[in-house]
Amino acid sequence: MQRSAATAPTIARLIDAFHRLPGIGPKSAQRLAYHVLRAPRSEAEALAEALLDVKDSTRLCGLCQNITDADPCAICMDPQRSDATICVVEEPLDVAAIERAGVHRGRYHVLHGAISPMDGVGPEDLKVRELLGRLGDTSVEEIILAMNPNLEGEATAAYLSRVIGAMGVRITRIAHGLPVGADVEYADERTLRAAMTHRVEIDRQAGAD
Amino acid sequence: MPRIRPTRTEAIVLRQRSLGEADRICVLFSPTRGRIEAVAKGVRKPLSKMSGHVEPLSRGQFGLAPGRSLDIITDAQTLDSWPELHDDVVRMTEALALSELVDRSTDIDVAAGPLYQLLRHSFDALAVTPSPKAIRWWFTLRFLDQQGYRPELSACVRCRSEVGPEGNGYAAGEGGVVCQRCYESGIGQRLSSPVFRLLRYMRRSSCEATAQVRVDADASAELERHLRSSLEQTLDSRLRSRSFAEDLARAETIGRSAALAATAKEREE
Repeated sequence: MQRSAATAPTIARLIDAFHRLPGIGPKSAQRLAYHVLRAPRSEAEALAEALLDVKDSTRLCGLCQNITDADPCAICMDPQRSDATICVVEEPLDVAAIERAGVHRGRYHVLHGAISPMDGVGPEDLKVRELLGRLGDTSVEEIILAMNPNLEGEATAAYLSRVIGAMGVRITRIAHGLPVGADVEYADERTLRAAMTHRVEIDRQAGAD
Repeated sequence: MPRIRPTRTEAIVLRQRSLGEADRICVLFSPTRGRIEAVAKGVRKPLSKMSGHVEPLSRGQFGLAPGRSLDIITDAQTLDSWPELHDDVVRMTEALALSELVDRSTDIDVAAGPLYQLLRHSFDALAVTPSPKAIRWWFTLRFLDQQGYRPELSACVRCRSEVGPEGNGYAAGEGGVVCQRCYESGIGQRLSSPVFRLLRYMRRSSCEATAQVRVDADASAELERHLRSSLEQTLDSRLRSRSFAEDLARAETIGRSAALAATAKEREE
């Protein structure tokens, strides 16, 4: 990024560092840099410490491959959760989203990406081998594939269903269709097709309540 | 400053990649403008009205406005979503191979009407064919032709003599078939008689007719080798999407081996 002579080199360095972060443009990078500059020293120190700490004390959980500061992670260690189901997701942020929704009380496995045939990303680039290693445990009854409903997600789900299917473990995939709050009129053909295919019968008792 | 109106174009979505927090860069292939890279804003958010209309392996009508470095997709309407190419991983793999060929061989803002029609026709056929692999072979021959690398299948590319039905070779680097004498002198790879006949048949037949031909595993593997060599000569590199086809073919074996290993481990314990 080009800087004028009016910007001190140390500030320019900080602006460049913020600008490298995802979703941060040049203006936002400038605002953040000047915010840090004006903030009390203690706030800047806390930010610097947090940045170093996240690099020093996090690792991948040996079981689920999620990012954690203790191995095994809190979810893998939780005795209240069921060992019978493993929800397979693409990224650590997907675990956070599903946990926020509170809809899964089993274990997780993070692949750290998705198969992308046109970019040359294959199964060996993901944490697939680690997942297969976990399936030797007879307590696992179901694998829930929670890939994104896009081409990479479909390729990943298709590959995993072939590998895991050959191991005799039940495989399911999260449903896809219209998101809550969406308009049917704007939905594309494939979304509507999926929504129609995976329609569910209305529980009459629940409807009457 | 005058406001620039968006232009409209029909296009097939070849691929996408994420941009920032919620956007994607879509690679579109248009008959009038060739390869276009355009930003689809906010399509990674669940309530985006555009996300399903810019998925790869679909054809649509797109509104494009010039942005700072890339065009911005202002609106999109699906014309063909080819659901079979998404629901069946074998069809998907073959469709991705065609997309990769087009993506890697076309230029930005150069009209490519014939190649667009070839891709569209091949996707239509891939969606319904009982033999997806044959459609890719058929497409590859025509693709090479359109790129100016039409494989010679009548005369020996070395000595120009007419080739017989048997004992020939295939030399991708030289541009096609070599006669028995040249092959025996060490030029090219073995070209079996059934594969030679199949290549000639595909050259003159429709993709629907090609899909009806029964090809045994050996001939299929040989044809794959020859076509791959020709493509790699043309593109000067290996096709990435073919690796996924190989991964997929190995998937069940990997699963069965993992299951056996787990059983053995359990017995030991």
